[in-house]
Amino acid sequence: MESILFNIFAVLAVLSALLVVVNPLSRNPVTSAMFLVTTMISISGLFVLLNAYFLAAVQILVYAGAVMVLFLFVIMLLDIQETARRKLRIVSLVMGFVAVGALFGVYKSSVEATYEKAVHETQALGQAAEEAEEDSEVVVGSTQALGQGLFSHEGGFILPFEIVSILLLVAMIGAILLSKKELR
Amino acid sequence: MMEPTLSHYLLVSGALFSIGLLGVIVRRNLLIIYMSLELMLNAANVALVAMSRFNGNLDGQVMVFFIITVAAAEVAVGLALIVALYRKRQTAEVEDLATMKL
Repeated sequence: MESILFNIFAVLAVLSALLVVVNPLSRNPVTSAMFLVTTMISISGLFVLLNAYFLAAVQILVYAGAVMVLFLFVIMLLDIQETARRKLRIVSLVMGFVAVGALFGVYKSSVEATYEKAVHETQALGQAAEEAEEDSEVVVGSTQALGQGLFSHEGGFILPFEIVSILLLVAMIGAILLSKKELR
Repeated sequence: MMEPTLSHYLLVSGALFSIGLLGVIVRRNLLIIYMSLELMLNAANVALVAMSRFNGNLDGQVMVFFIITVAAAEVAVGLALIVALYRKRQTAEVEDLATMKL
C-alpha cells in the first residue's frame, strides 16, 4: 500500500515538475503555476508517507496556498501576454538537459553506492543489528513532537526561531518598500 | 512491491532538484525561474524529511520548518523586486535585463 502511494506521489511530483519547466504545449506562466501546485500537493503526500503530518499540512497551507496565490497575483499584475512567444534556443535546451542529466546521474549513482554499502554493513553485522534497526521507533512528526523538538530540546531552536521572526519582519518591510510607486 | 526506502526518497528529491536547476538554466521568464527555485527548495525539503524519518531524528523536520519560513520570506521580497523591475523596464525576460543600471 505504502509503495503504491509512494509511486503515485513520486511520479506525479516529478511529472508535474517537468511540466512546470518544459511544457511543450503552453509557455503561459499561469499553466506553470498550476502544475507547481500539483507538485507541492504531491510533495505533501510524500510528507504524509514519511510520517511528517504537521509539515504536510504546512506544505499545503504555505506553498499550495500562500506562495502560489502570491505568484498568481504577480502574474496577473504584470499582465504578461504570450505575444512575443520566443523560441527556446535549441542549443541551450540540449546543453541544459545534458548538464542537468549528468548531474542527476552522478547523484543517482552515489546514492545507490552509499545505500548498497549500508546494506552490506548491516548484513555483515548480522541479524541482530537488522532487528535493532527494525525496532528503532518511528518518529512521527506530529504537531506536538515538532513543537517539543523546536522548543524543549536542550535549549532547542529558540534562538533560530527568534531570528526567523525578525527575518519575516524584515521581509515584510522590504516587500512593502519595494512595492511603492516611486522607487528611489 | 517493496517498501520505499531512503534511497527512493533521495532519488525523487534529486530528480526534483535537477528539474528545478534545468528550469533556472533553460527558461528566461523571471517568474518561471522563481518557480524553479521553489522547486529546488522543496526537493531539499523532501531529502531532509526522508533523512529525519529513516534516522529516527526529528531535527530534520525542524530544519524543514525553518526552510519553509525562509522560502516564504524570500518569495515575498523576490516577487516585490520583480514587480518593481517590471514597472521600470516593462519586461520580465532575463535577456532584456542585461544591464545593472535601472
